[in-house]
Amino acid sequence: MADPIRWARYRWQRLIPTEGRECSSNNSSSKCYQLSKTTGKHRVVIPCLGHFKEEYEKLSKLYMNNKIRTTRYTLLTFLPRNLFEQFHRREKKYIDECWKNVNVGDFVRLSRNEIIPADMVLLYSSDPDGICYIETASLDGETNLKQRQVVRGYSEQVSEIDPEEFSSRIECESPNNDLSCFRGFVEHSNMDRVGLSKENLLLRGCTVRNTEAVVGIVVYAGHETKAMLNNSGPHYKRSKLERKVNTDILWCVLLLLLMCLTGAVGHGIWLSKYSEVPFFNIPGPDGKLSPPTLAGFYMFWTMIILLQVLIPVSLYVSIEIVKLGQIYLIQNDIDFYYEKTDSTIQCRALNIAEDLGQIQYIFSDKTGTLTENKMVFRRCTIAGQEYCHEENAKRLECYQEMDSKDEDSADCQCGSSAPTSKCQGNNWRAVCEPLNRKSMTQLSGRFSAFKRQEEAGDTSNSGHMAFSSPIETDVVPDTQLLEKFSQISFHSYQQSEKASSKSSLETMYIADFFLALAICNTVVVSGPSQTHQKVRLSSLSRMPIKSLEEIRQMFQRFSVWRLSSSPLPSVKESSSESPNSFVRKLSIFGMKLASPTLDGADERISEPHNTDSPENSQVPGEIHLVNVAAGGEPNHAVSSIELSPIPKLSYEAESPDEAALVHAARAYKCVLQSRTPDQVTVDFAGLGSLTFQLLHILPFDSLRKRMSVVVRHPVSNKVVVYTKGSDSVMMDLLRTASEVHTNNSEIEEKIKERTQHHLDDYARRGLRTLCIAKKVMSDAEYAEWLNHRFLAETSIDNREDLLLESAMRLETNLTLLGATGIEDHLQEGVPDTIQALRKAGIKIWMLTGDKRETAVNIAYACKLLEPKDKIFTLKSQSRDACALVMSKILEDIQDNTSVKKNRSEKLGNASASPSTQAQGFNSGLVIDGRTLEHVLHDSLQNIFLELTEKCRAVVCCQATPLQKSVLVKLVRSKLKAMTLAVGDGANDVSMIQVADTGVGISGQEGMQAVMASDFAISQFRHLRKLLLVHGHWCYTRLTNMVLYFFYKNVTYVNLLFWYQFFCGFSGTSMTDYWILILFNLLFTSVPPIIYGVLDKDVSAEILMELPQLYTMSQKSVAYLPSAFWITLLDAFYQSLVCFFVPYFTYCGSDIDIFSFGNPINTAALFIMLFHLLIECKSVTWIHTVVIVGSILFYFVFTLAIGATCKTHNPRSDFYWIMEKHMTDPVFYLVCLLTTCIALLPRYLIRVLQGTLFPSPVSRAKYLVRLSPEERRKEIKRWKDECNVNYRVKLQATSVPSS
Amino acid sequence: MKNKTNVLPREGEAQPSRCPDNTAFKQQRLPAWKPQLTIASVLSSFFLTGAFCLTVGVCLVLSANSVREIQIDYSDKCSDCSKLRENSSNWNKECHCSVNFTLKENILGDVFMYYGLQNFYQNHRRYVISRSDAQLLGRNVNIQRSYCAPFSTYRNGTPMAPCGAIANSIFNDTINLFYNHNSSVIQVPLLKTGNSWWTDKNVKFRNPESYNLSSAFAAGTARPPYWQKPVYLLDEEDERNNGYLNDDFIIWMRVSAFATFRNLYRRVRRVRHFTEGLPAGNYTFHISYNFPVTRFKGRKHVILSTVVWSGGSNPFLGIAYLVSGTAATLTGFVITGIHLKLRKKKTYFQRRCESCFICLQRSLH
Repeated sequence: MADPIRWARYRWQRLIPTEGRECSSNNSSSKCYQLSKTTGKHRVVIPCLGHFKEEYEKLSKLYMNNKIRTTRYTLLTFLPRNLFEQFHRREKKYIDECWKNVNVGDFVRLSRNEIIPADMVLLYSSDPDGICYIETASLDGETNLKQRQVVRGYSEQVSEIDPEEFSSRIECESPNNDLSCFRGFVEHSNMDRVGLSKENLLLRGCTVRNTEAVVGIVVYAGHETKAMLNNSGPHYKRSKLERKVNTDILWCVLLLLLMCLTGAVGHGIWLSKYSEVPFFNIPGPDGKLSPPTLAGFYMFWTMIILLQVLIPVSLYVSIEIVKLGQIYLIQNDIDFYYEKTDSTIQCRALNIAEDLGQIQYIFSDKTGTLTENKMVFRRCTIAGQEYCHEENAKRLECYQEMDSKDEDSADCQCGSSAPTSKCQGNNWRAVCEPLNRKSMTQLSGRFSAFKRQEEAGDTSNSGHMAFSSPIETDVVPDTQLLEKFSQISFHSYQQSEKASSKSSLETMYIADFFLALAICNTVVVSGPSQTHQKVRLSSLSRMPIKSLEEIRQMFQRFSVWRLSSSPLPSVKESSSESPNSFVRKLSIFGMKLASPTLDGADERISEPHNTDSPENSQVPGEIHLVNVAAGGEPNHAVSSIELSPIPKLSYEAESPDEAALVHAARAYKCVLQSRTPDQVTVDFAGLGSLTFQLLHILPFDSLRKRMSVVVRHPVSNKVVVYTKGSDSVMMDLLRTASEVHTNNSEIEEKIKERTQHHLDDYARRGLRTLCIAKKVMSDAEYAEWLNHRFLAETSIDNREDLLLESAMRLETNLTLLGATGIEDHLQEGVPDTIQALRKAGIKIWMLTGDKRETAVNIAYACKLLEPKDKIFTLKSQSRDACALVMSKILEDIQDNTSVKKNRSEKLGNASASPSTQAQGFNSGLVIDGRTLEHVLHDSLQNIFLELTEKCRAVVCCQATPLQKSVLVKLVRSKLKAMTLAVGDGANDVSMIQVADTGVGISGQEGMQAVMASDFAISQFRHLRKLLLVHGHWCYTRLTNMVLYFFYKNVTYVNLLFWYQFFCGFSGTSMTDYWILILFNLLFTSVPPIIYGVLDKDVSAEILMELPQLYTMSQKSVAYLPSAFWITLLDAFYQSLVCFFVPYFTYCGSDIDIFSFGNPINTAALFIMLFHLLIECKSVTWIHTVVIVGSILFYFVFTLAIGATCKTHNPRSDFYWIMEKHMTDPVFYLVCLLTTCIALLPRYLIRVLQGTLFPSPVSRAKYLVRLSPEERRKEIKRWKDECNVNYRVKLQATSVPSS
Repeated sequence: MKNKTNVLPREGEAQPSRCPDNTAFKQQRLPAWKPQLTIASVLSSFFLTGAFCLTVGVCLVLSANSVREIQIDYSDKCSDCSKLRENSSNWNKECHCSVNFTLKENILGDVFMYYGLQNFYQNHRRYVISRSDAQLLGRNVNIQRSYCAPFSTYRNGTPMAPCGAIANSIFNDTINLFYNHNSSVIQVPLLKTGNSWWTDKNVKFRNPESYNLSSAFAAGTARPPYWQKPVYLLDEEDERNNGYLNDDFIIWMRVSAFATFRNLYRRVRRVRHFTEGLPAGNYTFHISYNFPVTRFKGRKHVILSTVVWSGGSNPFLGIAYLVSGTAATLTGFVITGIHLKLRKKKTYFQRRCESCFICLQRSLH
C-alpha cells in the first residue's frame, strides 16, 4: 500500500559551484571531519553543498534502510512534475524531495502546516522577530504552540537565507533521545561562535504553525532524530493474572506430556502382547513393522498431535478478545464522563484491565490529581503588608455555588476573560446574584449552543485554552491594595526611585511586584478567537486614538464581520446609528470574543431600556452597569474601546501558577500585552504602556526552584532582575543586612521577617506560595555576568553545570518584594474516594513536589490523614540519624498498638463495646525529599518499608520525579505488591511508567502523563469506580473465564485420552476431525467470551457501597492455585462420566466408531454449556442467544457434514450418523444422563455454597434482592461487622509482632 | 454515583459529544436473570431430576429384560480348523464344523443373527483409515493416493478391489443355522440383505458402472490378498447384493468402536415354522471356518438376539438411570433435612455469612 501522504522536502541544488569559496569551505570541512573523528562525541554539520559530496555519500549509506514510500510521482504526474523540478533547479529554487532523501546538512524549507522531516536548526523564519511556532502534539500530545527562535545572528536578516552564502559550521551533540535538550554552537567563518539550544531546534514530527516559511539546516536525520530515538518501541505490561495463567499453562504442558507418555508406553506394551502381527496392525508402505519400542516412540508424537488441544492456545486469543470487550465497556461507562472537559476515560493499555482489581498501593500525585490544578490567586503580601483579597474569596464562593447548582452554568463563563477593572468584578457579581435560575439556564443554554458553534468552527482550538477557566482568570482586586496601586503614577514612580520615604517605597515595591508578576514568566500572549495567532500589538494598542469616528468605523467593520459569521439568534440589527447602539454592538463584539456574561447582562439591560420593565430596576448594581455599558458619552465609549483589545488577549502558560499570576497582575491593570523574544510590553495603569527590553530568561527548573528574567527597565533604564521562586530557596538568596548597609536594610529585614510569617500562614492554609524578588544591576555588573553567561551557553560538555552556575551568580543579593499565595481547589469527591479506596484495603501514598505544610494540609483536606491520626515526620540530615528516627518511630507505633491491645483486653471481650473498638490507632508518615534520599538507600529500605506498612498513610513531599519512581519501584519489588500510580504532569511520568498500572489524569498540565499512562481519566474520583467496580469485574470475569477455559480443554482432551485405552493406544479419535477441530473453535468458544465480558457477580451499586468486597479480588481469592486444581479435577470427573456412560451403554454392541463418538461429543457440548450456565452469575439475553446459538450451530453443522461428507476426507464414516441418531431415543437418553451425572457435583457444591456457606460475594448478591430500605440496613450492619473484623484482624497481627 | 445526565436539553447537536451512550448494554445494566439458588428451586430441581431418572430407568430396565439373547463361542469348538487357519499357507483349504445348542424357550419376534469378535482392534488408527471411499463409490480413482497402502496394489501394479486393510481382513466365515425339528433338519431361512444402513447401501457404496459386474472388476483389478474369491463373486445369486454392494461387506466396512464387537450377519426370515420367531428346541450352526482368530488371541461368537427400542440386552443405561435418580432424590432429602434443621435459627443465612466472612478474612491474613 502506497503511503497516501505526500512527504515533501525542498532541497537546495547548486548548479554552478562558486570557485572562490571552495577552498575555504573545503578547509573547514576537512577540519570538522577530523574533529568528529577524534572526539566521536560531537557531530559536525556542514552545509550540504556540492563539494561535500563525498561525505554525503558516506552519510547517506547510513540511511539506506530508512525507507518511506512515496506517491510523489505517479505515471501521470511524472512528466509534468519532473519538468517542473528541472525548472526549479535551473532557477535555483528548492525542490520537492522525499523524506528518505533528507540528509544531514541539507537545507530544508518548510511552509505553514507542514511536518518537519528531520531535526534541524532554525536559520530563517518569515516572522520578523525570527520566531517559528511549532505544534508538538505528535511528540508529547500538547497542542499549545511552542516558540522556536532563529539562531542568534540570523534573525536580523530581512530576506530569506541564501544557502549559498551559508558558510558556517555547526557543532552539536551526537544524536541522543533527550527531547528537552540540545546543545551546540554555530561557528561562523570568522570563528565567532553562537550557542544553540533547544529553542533553535525544530524536531522531527512537529508541525509548523502560524509561520509562513522557515528554513533550517538538518542536524539529525532519519533514525538519528530525537523523535525516532525516543521511540524505544512499545513497552509491554503483563498483568499478574496473565503471569499466573502462564504457570498454569506450564502445568497443562506437563499434563499433556504425561498423557502422551502414557499413550506411548501403553502402545508399546499393547504391541508387545502380540507374538504375531495381527490383521489390524498394518505394516508400513514398505511392508515392515516397527518394533514395539519404536512404535511407542512414534506414538508419543502422534499423541501430542492428537491431544495438543490441552494447551489452550485459543485461551490467549480469547483472553485478548475478552479484555477488548472489557475495555470497551469501561470506556463506555457514562460515570467516567466529565462534562466540563467533554472527556471520558481512555484505556491506553488493552491488556492489564484485570490488574485494576488487585491494586494494593496507590501512589498519587497531589497537584492536578487530588486538586483541580486550577490556580486561584488568593492572597499576596507586598513589602510586609498582607492583602487578603476578601472580595476575591467571596467571588470564589459564588463560583462554587454556581458549580454545585448547575454544572453547565460554569460553562457559560468559560472564556469570559473579563476586562481588567474592579467594576468588572462587581459587574459579574451583580449579574450573578440577581439572576434567577431560569434566566441562568437560558443564558447558559444559549451560550453553550453558541460556544459549540465556535468550537465546531475551530475544533483544533477547543479545549486547548489551558488555565483559562473563569475561576482562574477573574481576580477581584483587594480594595486596599488597589487604592495604593492607583497612587502609582509616572512621576511618583520616578520619585520613589530616589526618595526613601516609607510610603513611596511601598508604592515602588507594589509597582515592582506587579511588574514582576507580569514579566517574570514564559506566558505566550495570543488572541482567543485564533488562539495560536500571535497578537501584534504594535498595530493595535499603540495606534493613536484619533477620533471617535474612526474607531467607530473600525469596530463597525469588526462587528459586521463578526455578526455575519455569528450564529447568535439573539443579536438584533439595530436600526439607528445612535451611540447607544454602537455601544451595544461593541459589547456584542466583546461577548463574541470572550465574555458571555457581559453580554447576558448587557442584553438584559438593554432590553429593559426598551420595555422599561420595573422589576429589573430592583436589581442592585444594574444601574451602575447601565452607566458603564450603555453610557452615551463619547469619552466613556473611548474608555471601553481601550479596554476592548484587552479581552482579546489570552495567555498560554506552561504552568497554571504562571497564568494565575499574570491574571492577577492584569486585575491590577498591569496587563501583559505582548511578548516577543526581545521585548515585553506591559500596559501599566499608572505609567502607560511600558516596553521592557528582555535581556535574558533563566527558565524554571526543579533544581533551582525559581526562574528569573533580566530586563532593561524603560523608566530607570537600568538592568533589573526579577526572580520568583519557592520560598525555601528564595529566602537564602536575599540580600542580608550585614552585606549592604543602606538605610533600607532595616526595613528589608523587617519585610523579610513579616513575609516569612505570612508565608507560613499561607502554607498552613494549604496555599502554594511563591516569593517575588528583584535586583537592580549596574551595567558593568551585567556585562561581566553576560560574558560568563555567553561562555556557558556556547560550551557543549558541561553546559548544564555552567548555566546553573551562571544562574546562581545572577540570583543573589535579591530584594524581597513580596509573596503570593495561590489556592488549588481539591477536586470533587476526593475525600470520599480516598476513604472508599482505603476501606477496600488499598494503601494510599501521596507523593508531591510541594512543600511539607502544603502537602500535609492537602492530605488532611482529602482525608488521607485524619485529625486523630498520629503523624510522624521524618526529617533528618544524615542517613544514620534517619535510621535512628525510623526505629524510634517503629517502637513508638508498636508501643501504641500494644497499649491499645492491652486496653481492649482489659475491656474484656473484643466484641463487647464497638465504640471503643472504633478508636483505632492510626499513624501517618510525612517525609521530605532530602530525607527520602537517605531512606531510599539500600541499607534503610527494609526498615523504611516496615515502617510504612505500619502507617495508614504516607506523604512524601518535595519529591523529585526520580524519587517518586524509585519509591514505586521499591514497593513493587520489595513488597511484591500491585501498585498503581496516578498523576497528571510530566513529573509523574516516570512513576506512572514504573507502576503496574499507570493512571494519567488528563488535566491542565499537558499530555505527557496521559501519554505514558495505561488509563487516562479526567477526575480523581473516577478512580473509585474504576477500581472498585471495573477492577473487580474485570478480574473476576477474566479469572472465571480462564478457569473455564482450562476446564473446557482438559475435559475435551480427556475424552480422547480415555478412548486410547480401548483402541490399543493407537491414537484414534472417535470423532470426525472436522468436528474435533471446530469443537473448540466454533461450538464452545463464544459463550465463554460473552461470559468473560458480561458476567456480573455483584452489581455496581453494591460494589461501590461495600469497598470491602474489593479485598476478594485483591487477594486473588478467585484464582488461588487450589482453584486451578479443583477445576482440573472437576474436568477429569466430567470427562470420565462423559466417556464411560456412553461406553458402558454401547459396549459389546455393533456400534461403529463415529456413532460412538457422536453422543459423547454432543453430551460434552451440553455439559460444557450448562457448566457455564451454572457458573454464570447473571444471564442476559445475550448469554441465552449465544448458548442456544452454539447448540443450534453444532446440530446444523453435524447434520450438514453427515449429509454431505461422503468422500471429503479419508475417514468419511461420519456420513449420516447424526441423522440416524436424531431418530434414536437411546442417543437422547445417553446425552441426558451423561449431562446430569457430570454436572451434579458442581451444581451441588454451588447449591451448598449459595445457601449454607455463602461467600461475601454471594452475600452481596443476596443484598441485591432486598428492598432499598432493607439493603441499607444490611449494608450498615455489614460495615459495623467489618470494623469489628478489622479490629480482630489487627489484634491478630499484632500478637506475633509484640 | 451521581446522575450525570444532562439537565439541559442541548440545542444544535453540531458537535458530537464524547459522552458515551446511556444504553443498557454499554452501561452494563442489561436485564439479567440471576440464578438464585433458593431452597425451593434447589429442592424442586433435585426431586424432579430424581423422579424423571427413576421413571426412565424403570422403563429401560424393563425393556432390556425383555430381550432374549443367546451367544455361542465357537472359536475353539472346531479346534482343528483353528489350527489349520494358523498357517496362512492353507488359505484355500476348506474347513467346516458344526455347533449344537438348545433353545430352552421360544425367541419371539424378529431374531437377528450376529457374529461377534473379541480382541479384534478394528479401531486401530492406521486400520481405520485404510480404505478408499472413492473406490467404494465406484469411481475410477488412483488408489495409490489413498491410505490403502500396503493393501493397494500388487507388485505388478494391479490395483486391489476393494483396497485397504479393512476390506482385506473381512470376516469370511459362512454360518448357517439348522433347526432339528422331530429328527428332521430344517434349514432356518435367513435374510442376507436389508441388514445394512439404507444410506450405505444406496449412497455410500456403488459398483463401477459397466454392463456386468465381472467385466467391471475382472479387467485391471484383483482381489485382496486374504480373500478367497474376487469381489464380484461375493453373492452370485443376487446381482443387487454383489460387488461393493454386498451387505456383509458393507457392514464389515463400518468399523466398530471397540475391540469386542458384534456385527449383524443375518436376520431370521419369518416363514413357516419361524413366523413367531425361533421356537424352542435343538439347533445346529454349520460354519465354514475361514477367519483365523488365534493370531490376535481373539474369540469368535455367533449370537442370536432380539432387539427392542432401547437397543440390545445391555442393561447398563437403565441401571445408571435408576442409580442417578436415586442419588438425586436422596440428595434432595438431605438438603431438605439440613434446611429444616437450620430453619429454626431464624437468620441462619446471615449468621452463616458473618462467621464465614470472619473466617475468610482470618484465613486471608
